Amino acid sequence: MIGLEHYLTVAGVLFTLGILGIFLNRKNVIIILMCVELMLLAVNINLVAFSAYQGNVVGQVFAMLVLTVAAAEAAIGLAILVVYFRNRGTVEVEDINAMKG
Amino acid sequence: MLLQAIAFYVFAAVLVASGAMVVVSRNPVYSVLFLILAFFNAAALFVLIGAEFIAMILVIVYVGAVAVLFLFVVMMLDINIVKLKEGFLDYLPIGAMIGAALLAEILFGLGVLGGTSGTVSTFSKAGAQALAIDNTRAIGRVLYTQYFYLFQVAGLVLLVAMIGAIVLTLRRRPGVRRQRVSDQLYRPKEESVTLVKVPSRGGVS
Repeated sequence: MIGLEHYLTVAGVLFTLGILGIFLNRKNVIIILMCVELMLLAVNINLVAFSAYQGNVVGQVFAMLVLTVAAAEAAIGLAILVVYFRNRGTVEVEDINAMKG
Repeated sequence: MLLQAIAFYVFAAVLVASGAMVVVSRNPVYSVLFLILAFFNAAALFVLIGAEFIAMILVIVYVGAVAVLFLFVVMMLDINIVKLKEGFLDYLPIGAMIGAALLAEILFGLGVLGGTSGTVSTFSKAGAQALAIDNTRAIGRVLYTQYFYLFQVAGLVLLVAMIGAIVLTLRRRPGVRRQRVSDQLYRPKEESVTLVKVPSRGGVS
């Protein structure tokens, strides 16, 4: 019998994988952006699971808004990445310290 | 019920495995492809609990737009793959430690690892199914009435993201000659036409 806990466990594992990816791929900004997408997907799984558990459709409406923000974030992030690559010729995060002051 | 459980475990296993492959994959292109696989499996999980509309939106928006955007950028930028993976093992101990701690905390918080497991909260069939309408109709009834301003704000967010992306990436390169239609149309007669008095039997020199 599949219940709420199963879905929440999957979402928790996926969220942890996203954070782990941010820790491990310190050089590649593209993979870090993908890991942020994974974490947002885990949040969406949580929202939809609770929505189905409570029989209330509002959670799915909110999941759609999270989806919108995720798409906007990906577009802006990749635009910044393209501009950064144009200027520096690399996507390494460790080199991004020009704004340190 | 058993079929649903089997489907859940298969989709969840593939989802977690492809999420792990996104993290550890050596080539960013493979990472994007595994991300697409993860999105498909998440959509299947959504279908299993009766959220078909969100599942289809997930496939359309993520696979159709976001993942293709990622793929486009990964293939457009000329990245040295080998150099990018150099520090991977340096961060592995601390990363694995923090990840394990976080996962344990989340699972303890859910009560999966603690003593309260064994009781499974089943999904209620209220809401859409109780009203005898489908999932899409139920979302539409709420989204376009009660949460209409939120819906419009979502559109505004997308507009701002579009303008931001265009402003960030648009550039004028100095050495490129391009057609300017307004300059062509507003060219004055004095610059473009010269009247020459041609002498008879002399021709134009």
